[in-house]
Amino acid sequence: MDLNKSETDVENTWCPGCGNFAILQAVKKSIPKLEEKGIKRSDIVMTAGIGCHAKIFDYLNLSGVYSLHGRDIATIQGIKIANPDLKVITFSGDGNGMGEGFAHTMFAAKRNMDMTMVLHHNDVYALTTGQFTPLTEKGWKGPSTPKGSFEDPFNALLMILIAGGTFIARCYSGELNHLTETIIKAIEHKGFSFIEVIQPAVSYHAWTEYKDKMEFLENEPSNFEEALLAIRKNHKFTLGTFYNSKKPVYHEQLYGEHNPITKKVTQEKRIQKLEKILNNL
Amino acid sequence: MSKAKEFVQKKETKIIKGNVAAAYAAKSARVQVISAYPITPQTTVVEKLSEFVDGGLMPGTQYIRVESEHSVMASVIGASIAGTRTFTATSGQGLFYMNEMIHWAAGTRLPIVTTIASRGAAPPWNIWADFSDVINARDTGWMSAFCATHQEIYDEILMSYKVCEDHDVLLPKFVAYGGFILSHTSKPVILEDQDLVDQYLPPLPDEKGWPQIFIDPDRPMMHGNLIMPSGFYSEFRMKIQDTLMKSKEKIKVATKEFEKIFGRSYGNGLVEEYHMDDADVGIIIYGDLALQMEQAIDDLREEGYKVGMTKLRHYRPFPTEDIIEVAKKVEVLGVMDRGTAFGSPTGGPVSSDVLASLYNTGITTKILPMMAGIGGREVNVEQQKEEIKTLIKMKETGELPDNLIHGTLWDGILEVK
Ligand SMILES: Cc1ncc(C[n+]2csc(CCOP(=O)(O)OP(=O)(O)O)c2C)c(N)n1
Ligand code: SF4
Ligand SMILES: [Mg+2]
Repeated sequence: MDLNKSETDVENTWCPGCGNFAILQAVKKSIPKLEEKGIKRSDIVMTAGIGCHAKIFDYLNLSGVYSLHGRDIATIQGIKIANPDLKVITFSGDGNGMGEGFAHTMFAAKRNMDMTMVLHHNDVYALTTGQFTPLTEKGWKGPSTPKGSFEDPFNALLMILIAGGTFIARCYSGELNHLTETIIKAIEHKGFSFIEVIQPAVSYHAWTEYKDKMEFLENEPSNFEEALLAIRKNHKFTLGTFYNSKKPVYHEQLYGEHNPITKKVTQEKRIQKLEKILNNL
Repeated sequence: MSKAKEFVQKKETKIIKGNVAAAYAAKSARVQVISAYPITPQTTVVEKLSEFVDGGLMPGTQYIRVESEHSVMASVIGASIAGTRTFTATSGQGLFYMNEMIHWAAGTRLPIVTTIASRGAAPPWNIWADFSDVINARDTGWMSAFCATHQEIYDEILMSYKVCEDHDVLLPKFVAYGGFILSHTSKPVILEDQDLVDQYLPPLPDEKGWPQIFIDPDRPMMHGNLIMPSGFYSEFRMKIQDTLMKSKEKIKVATKEFEKIFGRSYGNGLVEEYHMDDADVGIIIYGDLALQMEQAIDDLREEGYKVGMTKLRHYRPFPTEDIIEVAKKVEVLGVMDRGTAFGSPTGGPVSSDVLASLYNTGITTKILPMMAGIGGREVNVEQQKEEIKTLIKMKETGELPDNLIHGTLWDGILEVK
């Protein structure tokens, strides 16, 4: 695999006009900028779930794992724990990350796992042809709910905040620069960074349903309470960084500076340790 | 006719997809609780059922839309224990994810019917016909059937409720058919008169009740408690095996009765033979490839070859006795799998079971384990004719083909560098 190109040769099968193109574009643009900041391209590792969003895995020229529906979030945590030097990022759909993979998402936030999660929020299970997701507004008439869904949706940002995530932002695929900047910030952030990207699936939702409603947060909250208020008050069309704070990350609490791959413990060291334990018995 | 009666479908023929036939069967069976999660190629089964339920065409049916397949099976288990006729459908990864609850459903003896639009297992990602998904659930205590036609999907679901809900059986069942090949193509399907279906099927649980398993406020009971090794755990397990073996007879009876009422026959229910009686070379095959194989057999018969085939309709319980009889009829018998059993004697699930069935029977028929159509790889009639000709050559020369991989013929396999 030659990482010099940012995109693979795989034929793109997204619908023309799909919001996923912007996310792909933003990630591609963010990589050289991260390189300027000293992050090696080969150290960026991704996983993706299953869904239209996940096809980004086929198109982005980065190493990683095309995982199972919902499991990308657990797989990426395994990769991070095994080699904390890597910058890890997972691409999840709103069904993938907030439904089938919901528990993994919550626990990644709870642990403040040092990773980035991009949630492609298009309000449908797009790949399986448009059923409602855990984030879809009440009343959506999809093929599994011809009379309209009657469940209230999750507020993804609220759940992540409460679960323990430390970088929480909302972007829109129609705001490419903001999206790119936020992706860079999220990848640089040490801890669980979560970007909800409002991404119209044009086969089910028109851009006009979103375009004119978007607005940016006037003041970015500076602490948990403010973030909580801002996330609850501002509906899903408000963009910006709602929370950005510091907290110990999982792998450092687990083993400090250690890295099981790059700092392998030699047999000699293991024996020394064992001897110490035995001598103290 | 009253308006309510209008809702109830009359016998009619509709040109529909295999998935839609499955949905119609659930409707005809008057299932009371459906729970499902979409997955390709199953999705249109649950979409059609949503349409029926939300459109008022299935009065009395509740549809629970949950967040994962694990929750699907868990909620269907709850609904079944609470005393309703239940239905769900899935494919590949969805079935794998259900696995924990699948064991639970059989262990507690619930007559849940689940259709599987079969697809290959990931990775690499694959959504096309391959029975590895349902075969993976082999040792769970569920019965499993393969369908070869659209009509058979509809019919087999009805027959399955009949067998599953028999008080002497009370076990769940999978009804599997090839993803896309049957799920997404359209064929005429006869949808039966509701009164006839009602006559064929047992009364709904709440109309009759299943004393063994129901949670009934008048008769408190617990399910799933811890049993110490000295308790009845072994006996529960033995009973599942015992019941599965005895269910063969129930399947035969249900198939016969189905034929009597609806006029369509499926062999003895467990297997269906095609030109086997005077054949000297035969093949055991299942799913949609069996339907196409009939054409290959017809063509070869026209060319003068005495060939036949046996369609395997049930995988669990495995029809050992029928397989022995089939093997006795021919000199060479191919066993064609579309699904894998890695590390087994042949690599093919059914061929391994066929070999095991013939142990100690003294039968000298030569068996050739075969594989084709894995992950939806196309298999055409010409190819199937060649497969049979390989068997004919084996009969003529007495020798095995020289391109076997660990004793098995992997037909249509590409060269791997
Ligand atoms: C275990 C399992 N269940 C179901 C599916 C089928 N499936 C594939 S994609 C998908 C939904 C995708 O929705 P979302 O995560 O929102 O992604 P989108 O297609 O909208 O980008 C489902 C249910 C699957 N692949 N695996
Ligand atoms: S269905 Fe929606 S999400 Fe999928 S490619 Fe098309 S526009 Fe994009
Ligand atoms: Mg989605």
